[in-house]
Amino acid sequence: MPQMIIANRLRDGAIVFLAPNDGWEPAIAAGTLIETEADAARLMAVAKQHEGQCQVIDPQLIDVELKDGKPRPTAIREAIRAFGPTVRTDLTEV
Amino acid sequence: MYRYDEFDARFVNERVAQFRRQVNRRLAGELTEDQFRPLRLMNGLYLQLHAYMLRINVPYGTLASKQMRKFAYLARNYDKNFGHFTTRQNLQFNWIKLEQVPDILQHLADVEVTGIQSSGNCVRNITADQYAGRAKDELADPRVYCELLRQYSFLHPEFSYLPRKFKIAVTGSPNDRAAVAVHDIGLRMHKNEQGEIGFEVLVGGGLGRTPYIAHAIRKWLAPEDLLAYVESILRVYNMQGRRDNIHKARIKIIVNQMGIDKYRELVDKDFEFTKNGALKVPDDEVERINAYFAPPQYEKLEDQTQALAKIRSGDRAFDRWMRGNVIEHKVPGYAIVNLSLKAPGKTPGDITADKMDAVADLADRYSFGEIRVTHRQNLVLVDVKQSELYELWHKLVELGLATPNLGLLTDIICCPGLDFCALANARSIPIAQDISRAFTDLDELQKIGQFTINISGCMNACGHHHVGHIGILGVDKRGEEFFQLTLGGSSDQHASLGDRLGPGLPQAEVPAAIRKIVDTYLVVRQQQERFLDTYRRVGIEPFKAAVYGEESQAA
Repeated sequence: MPQMIIANRLRDGAIVFLAPNDGWEPAIAAGTLIETEADAARLMAVAKQHEGQCQVIDPQLIDVELKDGKPRPTAIREAIRAFGPTVRTDLTEV
Repeated sequence: MYRYDEFDARFVNERVAQFRRQVNRRLAGELTEDQFRPLRLMNGLYLQLHAYMLRINVPYGTLASKQMRKFAYLARNYDKNFGHFTTRQNLQFNWIKLEQVPDILQHLADVEVTGIQSSGNCVRNITADQYAGRAKDELADPRVYCELLRQYSFLHPEFSYLPRKFKIAVTGSPNDRAAVAVHDIGLRMHKNEQGEIGFEVLVGGGLGRTPYIAHAIRKWLAPEDLLAYVESILRVYNMQGRRDNIHKARIKIIVNQMGIDKYRELVDKDFEFTKNGALKVPDDEVERINAYFAPPQYEKLEDQTQALAKIRSGDRAFDRWMRGNVIEHKVPGYAIVNLSLKAPGKTPGDITADKMDAVADLADRYSFGEIRVTHRQNLVLVDVKQSELYELWHKLVELGLATPNLGLLTDIICCPGLDFCALANARSIPIAQDISRAFTDLDELQKIGQFTINISGCMNACGHHHVGHIGILGVDKRGEEFFQLTLGGSSDQHASLGDRLGPGLPQAEVPAAIRKIVDTYLVVRQQQERFLDTYRRVGIEPFKAAVYGEESQAA
């Protein structure tokens, strides 16, 4: 199952995903899809480095599935983090 | 309304400046998250699922209109236009930016509000009866003692690192609206045999993973001994509390493990040293603080019973609201008005910035500028002239704050749940919304009568599910959300913990299960018996059979 790296951005707490340029993007669609264990380890090392540099807090690998070509976290909790509260879809910016 | 003294004001402003430096150091990389976390929590700043969450204290649930306007300003300018009132009578903002927190705290300090001690292992916001000082059934206004306790426990060096958090609630009325029996310390004002007002002191109550109803540790305590006695309870807890296991660290575990008699013995031993010392509350200090809670300048009015009856007979909706949401005031000609934050389909406790401003305006126009927050997540205007009730009601209807469901089935307590909270296992708000949409018939709600549904998204029980007539607990079963129902809980003066009905249900089945429980109750209740009384009379079996089918009785 593909994975992505999710974190909270330090300065505002916003949910962000590690993106292909090793930057952090608020939109899950802009995040890097991780297909192999080697990539997961390499990119988590990058994320941890960014945590040490006070860019993000608590980066974590999460499982995602592709629906209509778009990534969606498989766990409810991470889906809520990615797309916002299910009770306030009007606030979803992604 | 209590005003900060010089010391309070200076300290809170200094704390804002201190936290500003700490935030800057964190953003500059001079502090790690592990170093910074305890500092931010001391100021009420959590990191939740979507962003930082700021929890702001509303001491004993009393707010000035200018404080509510400040909340509106902050919601509009620093968050997503709304806030959430909690079961500790506090306010939470959900999308706070770390870099803006010092400015937000300064705004709050300007109107004498803080987030200090809204988190952490310290004495949290002290809660009280929302009708304190106004209720007809009240013995005395408990807020002077809440304020004394607040000042005493505010950054108390000995009690800033307790084994776990510590919650105190106070009621001045025999009809407990403050849920004192499910607090670490519950204080009930009552008279002794000599007719003197004092406190019954309860200790070791609480919800969460291991719920307990509190034990009476002292039948009657003189008000002048309040601080000394509370200090002794805290000191024994601080010494005996389980710091080795977070799940066993609350005072309720110690009290229930060692027994209330042994705990009392230890407290009394310590109290021998603390009483008659520096903690003896001087009368002039009580009077000084009490002056801040002096009732407003009421006009000499007569009750408007007949005039109101005439309006009520011609306006059924107003009559319904009067019956449900308006409470008797101790002063003739005045009334206590509850504003429901539980309109059908809405999130319990949520309120928009515009409505916060509107409530502040209504408080200024109709209720001496004061607003109360209830632990059931509603708001109250406590000093409304009866002659102005009809006019006020029209304005509340326009604002969507006049749903006549106070104390009825859709007056649901609900924690933020998995939609917001990092601790939650399941979403609680959609359940509350589903139930409120399933019971919109106001005639039916009134027919069902007094009924509480309390919902928590995890076993930490911020939604007080154990003490709802129906409690709903969200659980995670292999990645799926399920909801366990409990029946028979209550947080009033006859507090009880609910009994588990059976296996958890998926979200879609919860409203139908509530419907089956209600239908069963309506069949078996005697006359106007409340659901809780019916449950206590007939037990769980009829409800279990209704929800799970007859075969469940054999299980």
